[in-house]
Amino acid sequence: MSDTATPPYGLTQESAEADRAALARTWANAKGLLGWLSVTTHQAIGRRYIVTAFVFLLLGGIEALMMRIQLAKPENTFLAPARYNQIFTMHGTTMMFLFAVPVMEGMAVYLVPIMVGTRNVAFPRLNNFGYWMYLFGGIFLYVMALTGAAPDAGWFSYVPLAGPQFSTGKGVDTWAQMITFTEISALCVAVEIIVTVLRMRAPGMSLNRLPLYVWSMLIQAFMVVFAMPAVMIASTVMLLNDRTIGTHFVNPWEGGDPLLYQHVFWFFGHPEVYIIFVPALGFISAILEANSRRSIFGYSAVVLSQVATGFIAFGLWVHHMFATGLPQIGEAYFTAASMMIAVTSGVQIFCWLATMWTGRLRMTAAIHFVFGFIFIFVLGGLTGVMLSSVPLDLQSHDTYFVVAHFHYVLIGGALFPLFGAFHHWFSKITGRMIDEALGKLSFWLLFIGFNVTFFPMHILGLNGMTRRIYTYSADLGWGSANLIATAGAFLIALGGIVFIVNALTSMRGPVNAGEDPWDASTLEWAVPSPPPNYNFVYPPVVSSLTPLWTDPALRTVVTGLRTDRREVLVTGVTEAEPQFRYILPGSSIWPFLAAAGIMIGFCGSVFAFSWYFVASVLGGIGFVGWFWPRRPVEVAP
Amino acid sequence: MNNVIVSGLLLWIAPGAFGPQSALDPAANSARIIAGLMRDFTILLGIIFLIVIGVAVASLMRRHRGIEQEPLERAHLPSPETENRTGRIVGAASVLTTVILLALIAISASAGKAISDRAIPANALTIEVTGNQWWWYVRYLNDDASQIIVTANEIHVPVGRPVMIRGTSQDVIHSFWIPDLSGKRDLIPSRITTEWFQAERPGRFRGQCAEFCGLQHAHMAVWVVAEDEASFEAWRRAQLQDAVEPATPSQQVGQQVFLSTACAMCHSIRGTSAHGQVAPDLTHLASRITIAAGTLPNNRGNLAGWISDPQTIKPGNHMATIPLRSDQLQPLLDYLEILR
Repeated sequence: MSDTATPPYGLTQESAEADRAALARTWANAKGLLGWLSVTTHQAIGRRYIVTAFVFLLLGGIEALMMRIQLAKPENTFLAPARYNQIFTMHGTTMMFLFAVPVMEGMAVYLVPIMVGTRNVAFPRLNNFGYWMYLFGGIFLYVMALTGAAPDAGWFSYVPLAGPQFSTGKGVDTWAQMITFTEISALCVAVEIIVTVLRMRAPGMSLNRLPLYVWSMLIQAFMVVFAMPAVMIASTVMLLNDRTIGTHFVNPWEGGDPLLYQHVFWFFGHPEVYIIFVPALGFISAILEANSRRSIFGYSAVVLSQVATGFIAFGLWVHHMFATGLPQIGEAYFTAASMMIAVTSGVQIFCWLATMWTGRLRMTAAIHFVFGFIFIFVLGGLTGVMLSSVPLDLQSHDTYFVVAHFHYVLIGGALFPLFGAFHHWFSKITGRMIDEALGKLSFWLLFIGFNVTFFPMHILGLNGMTRRIYTYSADLGWGSANLIATAGAFLIALGGIVFIVNALTSMRGPVNAGEDPWDASTLEWAVPSPPPNYNFVYPPVVSSLTPLWTDPALRTVVTGLRTDRREVLVTGVTEAEPQFRYILPGSSIWPFLAAAGIMIGFCGSVFAFSWYFVASVLGGIGFVGWFWPRRPVEVAP
Repeated sequence: MNNVIVSGLLLWIAPGAFGPQSALDPAANSARIIAGLMRDFTILLGIIFLIVIGVAVASLMRRHRGIEQEPLERAHLPSPETENRTGRIVGAASVLTTVILLALIAISASAGKAISDRAIPANALTIEVTGNQWWWYVRYLNDDASQIIVTANEIHVPVGRPVMIRGTSQDVIHSFWIPDLSGKRDLIPSRITTEWFQAERPGRFRGQCAEFCGLQHAHMAVWVVAEDEASFEAWRRAQLQDAVEPATPSQQVGQQVFLSTACAMCHSIRGTSAHGQVAPDLTHLASRITIAAGTLPNNRGNLAGWISDPQTIKPGNHMATIPLRSDQLQPLLDYLEILR
């Protein structure tokens, strides 16, 4: 809607320009440090999530390289056993909780409001609060780790190993409390996404016109709402209370049950994988649609498959526990559920292949990453089918076969799509085109490096190499495959460096990307790059699944929203018919203060339980300030 | 590199090309059934992978066709005929996927049934394995208490006779896994888990703890020696005996060193006053292949190094460093070496 050269129907260029200027004033962020901490616009918060998550990706990657150096040869002494155990725990924890989920949340916070044609997420201050919780949780973990209290019981913290008897020190407490921080953050975003998608879509964007990426985020958000509380029960209620106040929920010597912890953890832990992966499916759809220049083949099939994925993902956690010796009939059910989730993935892969086949494909860097996704993810999915079979799992569980498998599905299924999305939307977020040639170079380095690193691990696992061992003897014959894997890891690192250099150098260029460099169809390509804080001068009216292909200038709009306060249009859940206007809150320092107060209390609680009261008081003050009733700010017209 | 290529190409063709701890080189019914299943899955899923990637590459290759002929259009919508045809192909592929998966579920379930606990034969030899940080306590159960054998970190089984492992743990969760013989089973404190296998050829098979169990998870190995019935019986009888008495003066001094220092606090040597229960039973230490739960080959030099400085060899393990003079260590080694 920036293109005031062709103003919307019924409006003149002058009136559109006046409304734009008024909106720019109303939506301007406050200056200074206080203003920076108080920001509630989704673009700024989304960018912060993405940048923070990439910093954690870098840290997790460095940890991975250290492990690969240690394992490069038998009996290596690069890392002492205690250090190695800390590093693999930090690697898993960082990648799962501080990178993969937050980066997907960040992309959604940035993209979803624009893609559904509104001006911000439904709860802007909650959004700000969620980001600070995430950042504080991550900083807390790393500060504790650098002072020597790194967790060392694995990213899953199985009891009794993570219990008070066998993990003394503060590492596991830190881990458990960090989970609380990041899960609160994920829940905040999930609630925002659900409400934004269901109630703030552009008029006419009925659910069957919802872009596939938005569908995937809606499904992911619902999964977060159901899965994240489970891990908080596992990590905070059971583990942390067992450790700090002796509740014995999972202490086998006092009537607790260590398997209960595993059940609850994996009831979260398996959907977690899909929480990371489902948004990536949305990236694939968006990139393919724009670059194939046709709408995704089988829209309904793709949506229904993802919905089914969301449901089935909650019914297969036990395949992480086949070796614990559950009754066979139960195992058979989880085998069947685990295999059936391959059908939903298969249907989507077939639809994308059909899209590529019948479309007019443009070989951008993003499409390279889509191909990398298909190659790596399909292979990882097929080894997943193997692992869902109880007998095969009993041989491959907790070996490098599993390490290979989940890196294939997570890196192939989430990281490659994310990198593709990064190249695809870079122009939208920064206003500058990313260098395509360097993008393709980083793709090939990452793709080759990835396969060199992780393919040999399948064979290592079947040849008996168990996970989480800091060293191995030369007679076991694992040396050469491990050396190859380490060499591949450095190739991945090189690809990562090219990627970072590409992003940083491209960012220094002039703002010249234009609104829609890919001739794409969804609403985010109708706004300037980078988008203004208010996104759209007038909420667009949508009449098809591919609005910009139907109405390139987006001239059918809703008028009448006030420009002197942060008003948005609330629409119906299914048909997106306009219902009423709603005022979104502006900047506020209170979410930051509430988050900071909670952080102080939660961090302290690792050392003494009484700090929970500090958290209650400080957090309470923050929330009271935040929710203190005020009249909406009226600005004179 | 060779190892990977060889393993990859000869995955199932060349048994014996693998290390002492490989699921691809089965030596028992359970591992053999699983390896067969793995082969079937790999072939079928491998074909699917090649087809999918083939279609993906082909669709990337054909991209230029339309583009070169027609002017670039913003959006391109294929004809309804094309869409219908594509829909039929996608639908057929989805149905085929479901059918293949159902077939895989069926063959997986049938293999699972054959190796499941419910298939344990009644005449199985029952061995109790208890995980400890970071070693294995092993006890051969028997209705006749005088026939119970206690040992550690090494299990002997007769070829051709079913063996049931009853597992539990003393501390954290461990996982008992001998890939050449069968899949793994977690050892969980306060619970008993079972698995079984029947060795089909003699050999020495290595296994190691598969569930992360703390600092020395990497050094928690176990050896299983499968041998013919006669050798097994001989081993069993030898294990039932008390420890031999020291014969030479040096061995006698060594025994005194063992009994008078902290060694006897943790270890047992049956037939002596050493009754410690928190560390491996050493009554027949010299008969074992390795020491320190598979960490080192069992020989005099390694034993000397292990006793003198266990914390360098296996940092963080629970064996105390006991300061011994050379005139104590050498007799102690003389004594331990006769505990066959």
